[in-house]
Amino acid sequence: MRPGAVVEVDRNTPPTLFHYGEGFRLERLPLGSRIIYPPDPMDPIGHPERAIRRALTKPIEDDPLKDLLRPGMKLTIAFDDLSLPLPPMASPDVRQLVIEEVVDMAAHAGIEDIQLIAAIGLHRKMTADEIRHIVGDRVFTAFWPDRLYNHDAEDPADNVQIGKTSNGEEVWLNRRALESDLVVYVNLTLVPMDGGQKSMSTGLGCYRSIKEHHTVHTLLNSNSYMHPPDSALHHSCIRQGQIIEDAVRVFHIETSLNNHAFPAIANFLQKRETDWTTSDQAAFYALKQATDLAPPDLKRTMFHSMLAPYGMTSVQAGQVDKVHDKTLEAVRSQMLVPVEGQTDVVTMGIPYLGPYNPNSILNPVLVVCLGLGYLFNLYKNKPVVREGGVVIMSHPTRYEFHSVHHPSYIDFYDEVLADTTDSAEIEKRYEKRFAEDPWYRQMYQQSYAYHGVHPFYAWYWAAHALAYLGDVIVVGGERSTVHRLGFKAATTLEDAFEMAEQTVGRYPSVSHLRTPPLLLAEVE
Amino acid sequence: MLALTFDRNIPAYALVKAAGGRPDVATSPLALLHLEDVEPPKLPGSDWHRVHPQVSGICGSDIAAITGHASFYMDPLTSFPFIPGHELCGRLDDGSRVVVQPVLGCAVRGIDPPCRMCAEGRIGLCENVTEGEIEVGLQTGYCHDTGGGWGELLVAHESQLYEVPDALTDGAAMLTEPLACAIHAALRTGAQPEDTVLVMGAGCLGLLTVAAVKTFTPPRKLICVAKYPHQAELARSLGADLVVAPGEVYQRVRFATQARRVDTIGNLLEKRPVLLGGADLVFECAGSASSLSDSVRLARGGGKVVLVGMPGKEEVDWAPIWQRELQVTGAYAYGVEANGKRTFDLALELAPSLKLDRLAGPFFALEDYRDAIEYAMSSGRLSAVRVAFDQRSEA
Repeated sequence: MRPGAVVEVDRNTPPTLFHYGEGFRLERLPLGSRIIYPPDPMDPIGHPERAIRRALTKPIEDDPLKDLLRPGMKLTIAFDDLSLPLPPMASPDVRQLVIEEVVDMAAHAGIEDIQLIAAIGLHRKMTADEIRHIVGDRVFTAFWPDRLYNHDAEDPADNVQIGKTSNGEEVWLNRRALESDLVVYVNLTLVPMDGGQKSMSTGLGCYRSIKEHHTVHTLLNSNSYMHPPDSALHHSCIRQGQIIEDAVRVFHIETSLNNHAFPAIANFLQKRETDWTTSDQAAFYALKQATDLAPPDLKRTMFHSMLAPYGMTSVQAGQVDKVHDKTLEAVRSQMLVPVEGQTDVVTMGIPYLGPYNPNSILNPVLVVCLGLGYLFNLYKNKPVVREGGVVIMSHPTRYEFHSVHHPSYIDFYDEVLADTTDSAEIEKRYEKRFAEDPWYRQMYQQSYAYHGVHPFYAWYWAAHALAYLGDVIVVGGERSTVHRLGFKAATTLEDAFEMAEQTVGRYPSVSHLRTPPLLLAEVE
Repeated sequence: MLALTFDRNIPAYALVKAAGGRPDVATSPLALLHLEDVEPPKLPGSDWHRVHPQVSGICGSDIAAITGHASFYMDPLTSFPFIPGHELCGRLDDGSRVVVQPVLGCAVRGIDPPCRMCAEGRIGLCENVTEGEIEVGLQTGYCHDTGGGWGELLVAHESQLYEVPDALTDGAAMLTEPLACAIHAALRTGAQPEDTVLVMGAGCLGLLTVAAVKTFTPPRKLICVAKYPHQAELARSLGADLVVAPGEVYQRVRFATQARRVDTIGNLLEKRPVLLGGADLVFECAGSASSLSDSVRLARGGGKVVLVGMPGKEEVDWAPIWQRELQVTGAYAYGVEANGKRTFDLALELAPSLKLDRLAGPFFALEDYRDAIEYAMSSGRLSAVRVAFDQRSEA
């Protein structure tokens, strides 16, 4: 595997690819800028089914799964939802492979009471097809819909408070999981933020427990939440997870993937520009032409139908924390890129997809979440951009929302951001109202809407960056929308650099995060 | 004298109706409205006065008549030909400035004892509008004998005249009449302090309704639907807590009232969602079928819809009115309000604080009526609120 790299821009450097929503831009970065490239994909495990069986029979600090299964027991298998991985994985999804193995073992042990729960937390419910894609046809046909379903964080009968942490944080859990003799959690970890104790406490929790750590205060003190040891968010999840472990027997299974995020048709996205072959260049120009001309809906359909040829790089099972440590090692070895020092400016292209818009629209609030939440936080030690520096993002940032998936996002944009963009003010004045709005609740429970409070979390995700940065500039964004978000709009990257000089001075140092595929900058 | 006259004429009506409101057709020689040299109206009695219109507004109801969109219901309550113009500021022969309260009720018609409605002060509902010493007509501007603001002279009974305070310009005074309509609508309906009130439309009447509701019956939240930026700005300055665009009204009202919204999926014939919940009170100030249809869906169950703008023969789905047990009521004209005050007095007291000058204009000479009518028909798009005729140089 070729490791990640930091490449300095010189006269021979070809134009650099910037993601731009459902499109692309080729930009000339100033001489001396550095481009941070992710490592190439790690070689995947050759026989994933065999590796899964090995993990289940030789778990970490736990008994083999077979020994935990007995006839007449109540078994619940919970699994991560469609927010992972991005883009969705080409079949078979690793969760399918793990779940099939667990179900086979349970059937062999004579267990009849098996239920599978999609641990969606406050995410939108998945459609039947989306669940089928994750669990595979065999499991879907056998269990859907009575014994395979989405968690409902708003059904009072389905959620139980099981205690409080030493910090007074409420801990709630899905009733079926709590009343089970064994919960097998099937995780997929794409970035270090995922997995571990966060899986159950968030995925099978409800607003009252999730709000304990999804706060502005917690996120301001998570530097970064992509590095759990430095993340107040994760510390809270761990406290809650320990209460859950005391209340219910959990067997935790985690998987990690390489970063082979794009299929052959878009292979150039996977490569550094200097590595582009003639056919890559042709593919790029063809796709660029198409995306420049096609209407947004058509582009979205095209992009969201893309499935990633991810390969599994590790699978481990057993006790949650021990398993997660091992998973994080695998994830870091795929993502980590050593970076020397910070720069005044960081540029990033915002792609069409984030965790909260599979088969949907990356609305303006999610643009902020993806750029200043996820991508900004892809660091260890300290951000790539210096404190008071500038982030330049490229995205069309149109006033576009998915009315079924994101109804509360529309109101968040129109009502809340029209009033203030200050995260703490927003949390204080608006969060409760959105969280308790009966219509959002109904849309979450009976339709496919994210929970009413979800746009707040998307906004808080960027709270650390918003407090840390001197300025944010969006290249190619719809001016009125960018201004509503509290940022500056620039037509070209050159304009953006000129605007940035007002904040960071002339001739700023510049880093470009060439992602996705994802990377984790270890900044020294 | 020079005046714009409106006559009943079936071929002309058919023409303007068929033209779909095209201003060039509605003001053509073949249309219903003509600029003519006519006999000045005669004083019907000693208690009548000659009024020289200074400025006179082009109201939505005037446009509806000119373009053939007014309801035939008004026909038997009108005497033809007539000189339009019922929003005006004029001067008496002695030079004093007046506004004319245009309703032609029992007092104006010399009928004593008055009908039961006039006796109650509800002169807009006068039952004697076909009787008395003048021709049929609900208002000045729709009666053959009185003349109207779009001519060089009209006659008005002394009970119709209100002195204009110095604080008001002619343009602001001209808007006393629509302001009185808005005040009457607000007081007749009586929003409660805990209510969410929605004003549909931010033309002249919508904006003045915002001001009237805010002043006389301030609710918990006052929302105005405005199509154009200048309307939104004016609505905010006149007291709207929230101004929303027509395309986002269901979303914003749902949020403001914490209603639940049920969208129609896959029905190409009906895109409007249903709100379970909604505004306590809706003032419909546009008078269009679309706005009426929205109004009855945006009012909560058991809520009230008040028609302030003049509707015509509009197609509206009655199912929401039935299912939501709505009270749909009209608010027409003015008179004496429940507090014992005449609506025009209340309007003249309130007007100076509203800075109504910003709503008046641009002004046109009578001779330029084609331009004026065309401008008035596109006033929202052209950032105007109340286009008017200016006869001050001729006075």
